[in-house]
Amino acid sequence: MQDLLTAVRESRAWACYDCGKCTAACPIARIGGSLSPRRHVLKANSGQQKEILQNGTLFSCLTCRMCDQRCPATVAYTDLIQKLRALAFRGGVEPECPHGGALQSLMRMMAKGETHQDRLRWLSPDLKSDPEKGEVFYWTGCNVYYDAFFSDFPVATLKGTKAAVGLMNKLGVVPVVSADERCCGHDLLWNGDRKHFELLAQHNVKLLEASGAQTLVTSCAECLRTWKIDYEPFFSSKPPRMLHISEFLAEHLQELKNLLETRSRRREEADSPSTPDGNIDLFTSTAAPSPQVRTGSALESKTPTSVTFQDPCRLGRHLGIYDPPRQVLSVLPGIKLAEMRNRAGAALCCAGGTWSNCDRFAKQIQVERLREARATGASVLVTACPKCQIHFRCAMKDPRLRGETEIEMKDVSEVVAEAIAQAFEKQVRESCE
Amino acid sequence: MTATESLPPAAQVAQAQRRESISWNLRLVVFACNWCSYAGADTAGVSRIQYEPYFRIIRVMCSGRIQPDFVLRAFEKGADGVLMSGCHFGDCHYVFGNRRAVEQFEKIKRVLRLLGIEEQRLRLEWISAAEGARFARIINEFTDQIRRLGPSLLAGKRNPYAGSPHSG
Ligand code: SF4
Ligand code: SF4
Ligand code: FES
Repeated sequence: MQDLLTAVRESRAWACYDCGKCTAACPIARIGGSLSPRRHVLKANSGQQKEILQNGTLFSCLTCRMCDQRCPATVAYTDLIQKLRALAFRGGVEPECPHGGALQSLMRMMAKGETHQDRLRWLSPDLKSDPEKGEVFYWTGCNVYYDAFFSDFPVATLKGTKAAVGLMNKLGVVPVVSADERCCGHDLLWNGDRKHFELLAQHNVKLLEASGAQTLVTSCAECLRTWKIDYEPFFSSKPPRMLHISEFLAEHLQELKNLLETRSRRREEADSPSTPDGNIDLFTSTAAPSPQVRTGSALESKTPTSVTFQDPCRLGRHLGIYDPPRQVLSVLPGIKLAEMRNRAGAALCCAGGTWSNCDRFAKQIQVERLREARATGASVLVTACPKCQIHFRCAMKDPRLRGETEIEMKDVSEVVAEAIAQAFEKQVRESCE
Repeated sequence: MTATESLPPAAQVAQAQRRESISWNLRLVVFACNWCSYAGADTAGVSRIQYEPYFRIIRVMCSGRIQPDFVLRAFEKGADGVLMSGCHFGDCHYVFGNRRAVEQFEKIKRVLRLLGIEEQRLRLEWISAAEGARFARIINEFTDQIRRLGPSLLAGKRNPYAGSPHSG
């Protein structure tokens, strides 16, 4: 009981006044799932631990944070659910994991950590990095496992990882890329498995501290949330700065521009602010995306490629990072950002985040989101989290929906790296003419 | 080259020490399809063939049923080796189940390599219902192979079966 009490206290569940906005906002409830965050909050408040753990919807929550954002009493439902799941797990209640729990097995094996992982084969010699020490630590996450496990989708999240390291090099940074990295434990934490999560957290924090890095950069929104929020208690001293790769690139925006400028000579500054289509509602306006989208210059032979952006729930609603990826995309020549109907704070999440709730509701949300992406007319769906890529690519495999949901997917870093490469190519072409 | 040989020397030493510290009770997990391999094991028994006893057999309806999580869970729980087995090509009672098994096998192997678990700890074999002798031979071979590799690094530190023939 004491634990439930702590959960209620820390998540501010006690402040709930039963308005029901959370359930109204919940994407699962909206499409007919029986999940009711409001009911969980109320039951937690009245100490009905057993009912909550047995009612079967504890693991249906996507932890997307749509509800937290709308709660007038600032109840952190996702914090509550994280703690409730830990209680459930301790009591032997586990989620029904997709892929039979194979991914959880991988994570637990990493948590045991007796073996010597072979996770850096993708690190080609043209990418400069340091295996142990440096100013900046580039956290790769488990992309290497995902690409091996979901090779039949096909999933290619490592392309984003490689592009990210390449870009950091171009910006003069030689990051630490460590072979001793282990899964951040994000999914285990949200499944309720605190024990293995803590083992991973302790190892990873020690690894980072030993590297002497002042900054951690990662391409994975889930890793970033875990590092920034859930790892905090594990640091012995002040944690370093932690940035998503899009934030890192946004911080180096001027250098990035220079890189694109010098590469494409005499490019005219044809800035045409495009009005974003669709309406920004109350919840997105807190972080309105910058409408500054530079269209291609006069020298650009091709019409600009239209891309759209998926806000990962971990990056957006959990960490409040909406603008940096958009800023980065907006400086790329030949790239035009077309926003989806629901964007930023209102963006639908990829619905599969923690490997615990892949069901028909998740599928429906994914399909709906892909339809939104297609409706923008964009040819590429850019994302800032490898998990979004995996889950959307999975949803695209439905043969009955072929032609309705398919869209190319790329990581932010991939798009930036390609733009730089293209600018360079063009320069070479021009100098030959 | 085994996974261990490709490691930096310091890691090799650490792993060797770790292996020494494990008091070992060799454990293999064998997944066998209901229609061929399981019946093959039965044939071996009925024919009273003597062979290595350090495996647990788990019957599945078809080798195509052996999902990556089955194998990964076995390794997670400390199995020293896993054998996936099914009907010969063309004999699968679900037509292409064993082709699927090959795909899964390749996928699991890729993941094991990333984890640093020796690929030789996983094996895929086709054994028909009549091949009792073959079943016994494969088990013997595989047991020997695992014995040479030593205990899995994920094998538990405490040994509930102290005094097994492999603990010395
Ligand atoms: S976090 Fe998302 S899925 Fe979970 S209850 Fe809130 S809105 Fe629903
Ligand atoms: S939105 Fe907040 S106050 Fe309203 S029912 Fe949900 S948790 Fe309670
Ligand atoms: S039934 Fe034996 S492999 Fe399919």
